[in-house]
Amino acid sequence: MLEMPAKIFGFYRDGFRQMTVGKSLWKIIFIKLFVMFAVLKLFFFPNYLNTNFETDKQRGDYVLEQLTRSAANTNPVNDK
Amino acid sequence: MIDVDPSLVNWSRAQFAFTAMYHWIFVPLTLGLSFLCAFFETIYLKTGNEEWKKITRFWMTLFGINFAIGVATGIILEFEFGTNWSNYSWMVGDIFGAPLAIEGLFAFFLEASFFAVMFFGWNRFSKGFHCFSTWMVAIGSNLSAVWILVANGWMQNPVGMAFNAETARFEMQNFAEVVFNPIAVSKFTHTSSSGFVMASAFVLTISCWYLIKKKHVEMAKKSIVVASVFGLVASCFVGFTGDEAAYEVAQKQPMKLAAMEGLYKGERGAGLVAMGIINDTKVPGDVQDSFLFEVKIPAMLSLLANREFGSFVPGIDDLVYGNTEENVMGVNTMIEKGKLALADLAAFKEARRNKTDDVAEAALARFEVNKEFMGYGYLDSPEEAVPPVYIVFNSFHLMAVLGSMFPVIFGAFLFFTLKGTLMETRWLLPIGLFTGLLGLLAQQAGWVTAEVGRQPWAIQGLMPVKVATTNLSVTSVQITFAMFAAVFTLLLIAEISIMLKQIAIGPEEH
Repeated sequence: MLEMPAKIFGFYRDGFRQMTVGKSLWKIIFIKLFVMFAVLKLFFFPNYLNTNFETDKQRGDYVLEQLTRSAANTNPVNDK
Repeated sequence: MIDVDPSLVNWSRAQFAFTAMYHWIFVPLTLGLSFLCAFFETIYLKTGNEEWKKITRFWMTLFGINFAIGVATGIILEFEFGTNWSNYSWMVGDIFGAPLAIEGLFAFFLEASFFAVMFFGWNRFSKGFHCFSTWMVAIGSNLSAVWILVANGWMQNPVGMAFNAETARFEMQNFAEVVFNPIAVSKFTHTSSSGFVMASAFVLTISCWYLIKKKHVEMAKKSIVVASVFGLVASCFVGFTGDEAAYEVAQKQPMKLAAMEGLYKGERGAGLVAMGIINDTKVPGDVQDSFLFEVKIPAMLSLLANREFGSFVPGIDDLVYGNTEENVMGVNTMIEKGKLALADLAAFKEARRNKTDDVAEAALARFEVNKEFMGYGYLDSPEEAVPPVYIVFNSFHLMAVLGSMFPVIFGAFLFFTLKGTLMETRWLLPIGLFTGLLGLLAQQAGWVTAEVGRQPWAIQGLMPVKVATTNLSVTSVQITFAMFAAVFTLLLIAEISIMLKQIAIGPEEH
């Protein structure tokens, strides 16, 4: 039953052990992911709407407000 | 009308462009090199010649380096959506959710599982299954690109959706229409085939370096044969897909086509600019000549744009100011309709807030009439609808000139290699040495054409970039721009140094 997972684990373990240039590449990948997610995303790229509003309703209202705020300054020829 | 700091828009725009262009250094190489690895391995499988295995493993290593450095650079773009482009991100969430989720699943399950077999599975699986895995990585990588380009195509030609005024979101109405959007289809075929050209050019460059240095000569020659065949076929195909892409642009984004060709005054039987120096001081509506110098192919632009020699191709002036004779609606008219749409949207919002449902329904009904012009309501002047013509014209023609050189280069390499006189054809090897760089230039120029050419729109006709942006401080965007520049430069140095080291080692050690 556990033979297949063990084989898969062994396949990956041996593969990682036998890597040459791959070891440097994995180091770069991990450093990159750390910088992206633990530094950039966390401190510099918060999701603006998720951070500032709690519900989708609030987010939708905010965006709608952004979309229509110029309408107050326009003077369209409107037949309403 | 819109009180958004233009310097914020431009910094956000520059940051996104920089990130996308950096990401695009790696993607085309991945798309094409994955197939080249599959070709090399298939030849090994068929011939059983160990030399081909060595070749396969060498190019697979370079593919792996490119993949490792490039992986996740696209995630930065998603960060920017949430932070710098929150209005846009909110509005398109429903449309982009499905394609990007499918892309993520494909990338994870198809690429990740077969990727491990491709790199760890030599001598552990049958030759046939290993080769199959390499093919699956190639197919999976290219299928991932489909979904990204579906999302990009939708921005250029928003179809299969409806705008929900209650939630301020574009909602998917027809998934098939989004996926088979003609702009997305032409974009995918053109982009992926140009990636094949880029990768073939890359193989040519490194192989030529070996030949010039007289190292790994047999491997280099074998690699050149495969890359030349693939590059020749792909570069001819790029010509056809480019023609189709230009036709779709003419139908859906005529302003972009006019900018690509520097066409200010529309005409019947319009000529295609084969070469020219565009007048960068010209502005829409003035009487200056569009070009300082130009050579045109008569009536070819009409054929390209409408599949008819005598057809009318609107110029920038026609599109901005209108041309009643040719039934072209001007941007000034669209702005009026757009402002009506925005006023009705505002009235709808106000009525909902006041809980006057009948007033809200009436406002929504009026909004529906002009909603397709909604984005134009944000423009301050008709001329704002014109992209930077100088950049678009030059990037398009750079791409086209380079694109037309590749079949000749690949054809020459194939000819002299098969003839057995490649080593004696000394003038050709330095050309091959620079082909990779030319491929990269063509790739970047293509994206500049596509993306700068659709300015000022984030979503064609519906949302200009200045409305898509988040109201952040300019300083914060400048700081993150500098951080990206530093991180990306380090990563690029890492890639180039690791790759150069592997190229110097050559195939023997693999």
